[in-house]
Amino acid sequence: MASMVACLICVPLIFAGIIACISNDKVRGYVVYVGGVVIMGLVVATVYKYAVASSMFSKLEPITFELPYNEVFNMATIAGDVILMIVIVYLSFKWRKYWISIFSIVQTGIVLWVEFMGPEVEEKASIRFDNLTMIMILIIGFVGCLIGIYAVGYLRGYHVHHKEYKDRRRFFLSMVFVFYAAMFGLVTTQNVMWLECFWEVTSVCSFLLIGYTRTDEAITNSFRALWMNLVGGLGFAVVILIGAYKFSTFDLFDIISLNVANFKGGQGDYIQLALLQSVCLAMLAFAAISKTAQFPFSKWLLGAMVAPTPSSALLHSATMVKAGVYLLIRISPYLYGTYTGKMVYMVGGFTFFAASFLAISQSDGKKVLAYSTISNLGLMVMCCGVGTESSRWAAIFLMIFHAISKSMCFQAVGAIENTTGSRDIEDMQGLMKRLPKLGLILLIGMSGMYLAPFGMLISKWAALKTVVDSSNALLVIFICFGSASTMFYWTKWMSKILGPQEQSQKDVTEKGEYISMFCHAAMALASVLGMIIISDKIVNKYVISTIVSDSVEGATAMSNSNLRMMLFMVLAVFVVPFITYLMSKGVDSKKVTGYMNGINVGDNKHFVDAFGEEKELHVSNWYLENMFGEKKLFTPSVIIGLVFICAMLCTVIGNLIGGGVI
Amino acid sequence: MIRSMIIIIGFIVLAPFIGGLLEGIDRKISARMQRRVGPPITQPFMDVAKLFNKEFLSVNKQQLFLLLAHLFFVVFAGSMFFIGSDLLMVFFSLSTAAMFMVMAASSTHTPYTGVGTMRELMQMMCCEPMELLTAVGFYLASGMAKTGIEKSFLVSDLIHSNVSAIMYLPGFFIGFVFILTIKFRKSPFDLSTSHHAHQEVVKGITAEFSGGAYAITEIAEWYEEVMLLAVVGLFIVNSNPISYLVAALVVIFVYFLEILIDNTSARVKWDLMFKITWGVIIVFGGINLFLLENVSSFMKFFQ
Repeated sequence: MASMVACLICVPLIFAGIIACISNDKVRGYVVYVGGVVIMGLVVATVYKYAVASSMFSKLEPITFELPYNEVFNMATIAGDVILMIVIVYLSFKWRKYWISIFSIVQTGIVLWVEFMGPEVEEKASIRFDNLTMIMILIIGFVGCLIGIYAVGYLRGYHVHHKEYKDRRRFFLSMVFVFYAAMFGLVTTQNVMWLECFWEVTSVCSFLLIGYTRTDEAITNSFRALWMNLVGGLGFAVVILIGAYKFSTFDLFDIISLNVANFKGGQGDYIQLALLQSVCLAMLAFAAISKTAQFPFSKWLLGAMVAPTPSSALLHSATMVKAGVYLLIRISPYLYGTYTGKMVYMVGGFTFFAASFLAISQSDGKKVLAYSTISNLGLMVMCCGVGTESSRWAAIFLMIFHAISKSMCFQAVGAIENTTGSRDIEDMQGLMKRLPKLGLILLIGMSGMYLAPFGMLISKWAALKTVVDSSNALLVIFICFGSASTMFYWTKWMSKILGPQEQSQKDVTEKGEYISMFCHAAMALASVLGMIIISDKIVNKYVISTIVSDSVEGATAMSNSNLRMMLFMVLAVFVVPFITYLMSKGVDSKKVTGYMNGINVGDNKHFVDAFGEEKELHVSNWYLENMFGEKKLFTPSVIIGLVFICAMLCTVIGNLIGGGVI
Repeated sequence: MIRSMIIIIGFIVLAPFIGGLLEGIDRKISARMQRRVGPPITQPFMDVAKLFNKEFLSVNKQQLFLLLAHLFFVVFAGSMFFIGSDLLMVFFSLSTAAMFMVMAASSTHTPYTGVGTMRELMQMMCCEPMELLTAVGFYLASGMAKTGIEKSFLVSDLIHSNVSAIMYLPGFFIGFVFILTIKFRKSPFDLSTSHHAHQEVVKGITAEFSGGAYAITEIAEWYEEVMLLAVVGLFIVNSNPISYLVAALVVIFVYFLEILIDNTSARVKWDLMFKITWGVIIVFGGINLFLLENVSSFMKFFQ
């Protein structure tokens, strides 16, 4: 087990190094394919080992262990921190954003101080493996690596279209592999020092990926992503300080669960201990909220779409934002009923609500996807903030389904852009006829995102139920209204791609890209069909294992009878249109033109204008810029998000200073 | 199991008759309100029969299978409601059905359908929050009626409550009746398609459906109407058998109210519809929800 986890962290790094050295395009492509397959194999092997060790995932206690050469890893994380600081300082001076380097210097300074000057702390196993960890490495391994495989073909097409950008594919692909390593480390470790390092690596990697094209816009956006994530990362520095000086431990789970043996406060000073724990929780929640791009931090994820599509797919689905969700799920049991938890679910609920409205006004496909990610992450954050068992169940399933569907949507939009030269939704008219394979992938991805009875919707339902059960009227309203606007923006996009269009187009999508996309489609179906098993065997077991004494509730958010009915509906959604299609195939029909007040030209795409000339007809979707435009809603949303965050931080810190008065 | 099968078959056979009959009565009453004689009550059935005999003209043949899927999901939603399953599921499959309708319409890519489709989506966006809230309301009310009872979304549990749900959900009732005007395509909210072809964007979303395809949308509408009126009845029904009679009277009254509104109001623009509907939902549904949630936590406190 230990050696497998060590491999998971090291192998992607080795591949990143190899890829960075290969200048031949073809060879590099094959190395990436091999790397992806090897990592997927490692993931499967790790899961197998874990299944054996945990007697088929039924063990409630997590497995903890040390990595081989643990000291080396320990030093490597410290060295990594220093290297990251140097990179950030260098780049922020190079591009004249001096102030950003301060965040990094402060954070790394604290880490170094604690490591070399700080007090002795209790040594604990650095790796912790349980069912949630397994779900995470499956997501990172499969969704993430398939995106890497997709990226090879995509980038070739990208540089055909965009001759103006310097070809830095080597760098891009090797960064993608560094990303995998950091994510594997992040979800397996329980040492906050390591966690902080991996967390920082993901921030810097995404910063470098976003800035890939080095246009002015890309640089602005990448630095925005960097500073927002670094601000969040400061939360970790505070946790490390408290952990070292007060709790004498670097173990994340000991800190958040108050399992502290050598507390350095007054004798039996339980109040101070609890206050310090609440500060730690708030700091971790703060870091996670910045990572998951909730309001007020949403802008960085929207800016991230200037980069080539694989990086968006990676940031939005398997990595980066999921790191934030992962951390929140971990601390969620301790958020139940606390003020911090309340603010977390308010931020999440509000973000779900606001981002789904903002998505309505966008016609850029990638931007709609970005808003939908923010919105769905809001739902997950909200579930974590509520902190009951069933809400964690919902959050985990939302995360699984979102990762698969969103990655698929991004890949399809990217491939469409490479083929047609546009990612605007209005240009996707009749995509099903023009590019049937890509259209189908996009359709499955979109259905997965919102349609009854696919996974996202089941999970959303579970989320609604837990929120109703926990008596949060405002959150219920957020979910009900947010669902309505979600339906609106997805359906109008979907109706666009189904429309008619005669001429077919040459598809330039490469085989590697299709393999990745079809694997995603298969995973999407498998995860929906296997939902009962996943819920019973894995997620429920995890959720039960995290029950903390004072949140008492049943673990299943969704009874199996309901899940079975959902399963029936899943089949119905596929089978019924197919049957009705066969039924209607034999029906005779007379082909006519649509109704246009008698000014038809003979097809449905032109009409005669007032001067008697032929004009092209374009039926456009509504974007309601005046009602839901970014100009109108974005700033107020940021302010509201900021109010919640400030309330959270001020209260816990004020409480600590005041000694628990509030 | 056998009972469920009988109910499903009964629903599939009877609902279109009830729906068609209601529409016939609607047309008669509307005519009398406008001092006309009006068509016979069986006119809707004759219309549909005639539609099936017409030649099938189509702009895009895809629409037929999408409309059939639409019909299937409406019937599916209705059947699930009457066999007593989960109310949220019922509403979700109803939205799935609506989505197939939108697909069928937009597959033609013509100007009037285009406008109709967007307006239909707008109407869906107006109704969806209230539908979900209604389900939530029933769920909360089911926990209030008897102490110590498990809350439930199941219709079969909701009808066995000892107090009518409307006692706890007056605001939800008002909100739900309000969105019925949109759902039944009645003025002032018949924006995406009107029952009167000459009035609004040449029948908007259904403009390009003809013959059998159009008949399918009509029949689907009847099924949907029966199901939604049954939800209205659900507000009244409790374990006492007399409540069913009261429920029937309330349903008839609500339907008459819709006809009255239809005949006395002028069509509004979509943005006004959006603002009014969401306003009503937030004020009536929202306040009712706040009270329910707080009262139930009070009750928990005292237990």
